[in-house]
Amino acid sequence: MALVEIRNVDKSFQRDSQRIDVFTALTLDIAEGSFTALMGPSGSGKSTLLNMVAGLDRPTRGTVRVAGSEVSAMTSGQLAAWRARHIGFVFQTFNLLPVLSAYQNVELPLLLTGLSKKERDERVKVALGVVGLEDRMEHYPRQLSGGQEQRTAIARAIVADPTLILLDEPTGQLDAKSSQELLGLLARLNHEFKKTIVMVTHDAHAAERASTTLHLEKGDLVEKGMVTR
Amino acid sequence: MTRGRLVWANLMRHKWRTLLTTASVAVAMFLFATLRSFGTTLDALSQWGSANRMVVRHATAIVFPLQMSYAQRLAAVEGVAGVSWANWFGGWYQDPKVFFANFAVDGPSFLALYPEIVVPEEQKQEWLRDRASAVVGVDLMEKYGWRVGQNVVLNGTIFPGEWQFTIRATYTSATRAFDERSFMFHYAYLDERTNHQAQPGWFYLRIANGDDAPRIAATVDGMFKNSNSPTKTMTEQAFQASWMGMFGNVRTLMNAIGLAVVFAILLVTGNAMMMSARERTREVGTLKAIGFGDRTVGLIELAEAGAVVLTGTLLGVGGATLLWKNIRVAAIEQFIPGFQVATNTIWISAAIALTLTLVSGLVPALRASRMSVVTALRTVE
Repeated sequence: MALVEIRNVDKSFQRDSQRIDVFTALTLDIAEGSFTALMGPSGSGKSTLLNMVAGLDRPTRGTVRVAGSEVSAMTSGQLAAWRARHIGFVFQTFNLLPVLSAYQNVELPLLLTGLSKKERDERVKVALGVVGLEDRMEHYPRQLSGGQEQRTAIARAIVADPTLILLDEPTGQLDAKSSQELLGLLARLNHEFKKTIVMVTHDAHAAERASTTLHLEKGDLVEKGMVTR
Repeated sequence: MTRGRLVWANLMRHKWRTLLTTASVAVAMFLFATLRSFGTTLDALSQWGSANRMVVRHATAIVFPLQMSYAQRLAAVEGVAGVSWANWFGGWYQDPKVFFANFAVDGPSFLALYPEIVVPEEQKQEWLRDRASAVVGVDLMEKYGWRVGQNVVLNGTIFPGEWQFTIRATYTSATRAFDERSFMFHYAYLDERTNHQAQPGWFYLRIANGDDAPRIAATVDGMFKNSNSPTKTMTEQAFQASWMGMFGNVRTLMNAIGLAVVFAILLVTGNAMMMSARERTREVGTLKAIGFGDRTVGLIELAEAGAVVLTGTLLGVGGATLLWKNIRVAAIEQFIPGFQVATNTIWISAAIALTLTLVSGLVPALRASRMSVVTALRTVE
């Protein structure tokens, strides 16, 4: 069953007088419980596609549905509330708030829920436990390594138990060892916690950890690789 | 954690910038409250005065004297319950540049007319008994380190020569509108030392019924209309107002300077808020990506401006209010006794703080709330 349904999506940008078409009539399904790697050269539209699935960007034409909701038709206010409930987003540059501790960064999405302080505390500790950072929760981002920062970002992405986890080049700023640890963690989230994951990556080794690999080139889906693990 | 904690964390990102911006607002609001208080205190003083007291002065100006013979005729006017008189002495002590108010008054009738002037009974009797003595406000006593029983020499300007007085009594004032920095001695002594050449500068009247004031004023002025010293009789409040009118446009000038300072700080605060918001553009994108709505993100920015401005206002206006309530600065009290921050200044300051918050915080708040997530995330800091 498809969790993400993309139908006849066109996406174009206007740069000065130039119109740049990123996608034309793109159609794609992403299955629930899958771990999908989205690959392709720079400018192929990987991040744009991820942003549209997350409701951060809108298609010029066509529809994007996630878990039955038509994301492309929502207002800005509806999208914010929807993202808080359904999306966990991980950025290449971690994007942790430097003025907050690891614990507080992870707690941020829970401020948008009606959970009590105690419930929030339990969830934050579980999320930090899953990524192996129980002993770093009072540390600030500047006191963490790159790998630890990215694991904190993943804890922030999973703490509200979202429907979908989206990652934009999550290993882009990490060394080989940290990358492997992170990919192991993602695989665990997918297998053990049954999380649907979509990861944009340049890294073929990273993509190998995914169950499905999609290749984008100049806005077209040129190859579909299905790996069963 | 709460959203308030997030606002606090953002403010503490650059502690010194936040501290200095808050301090700028505090200083500006202190100055505004203080400068505006000159006007409001003058207004309050011009309103001060008993409904049962009137002042009779020369019709042309207060600097022209009246005649001592008026006292009996004034006392005979229907509705007048008491008469007193005084004259400006204008003497200096030790240094001609050092000024304090010194008057010749008719002691017994003056104290009877002004119960606000509180003199210990024993000292009062001593003063009334000694013709060459003075009663001095406690502030003035403290300023010169004088003590009761001490001899003080004033150098006369209007009435030349060295005038020696013995301080027999001190007074305190039951109202801040009447200062505690005056030096008063017996009119009889002035009269005696000038070979009866002195004349009263003005008369005070106590009237039985405040409603009779217009009639009494008309009667008194009519009585002396064709004399060498025609009079102008007015309520004490009107007399006070005409005295305060001598400050002219000082209050307008003070208010203008105060508002100019606030406007300058508006620019400083706005700039600091804009700078702070620009530095965090990517974080705005992150918050929105997490699920924070446009309005929430905008309100967080506005709350930061509000926290800085309101804290600064609280410190500045609160500081001015407490300072001028508890400390009397001689240079101010000499001309504007009872100088303090009025309640309406506090309300106006609150309104200014609200405006400052909106004007300095609205632009970054709108920018943050309107910015698309993708644009914010792509921003290079």
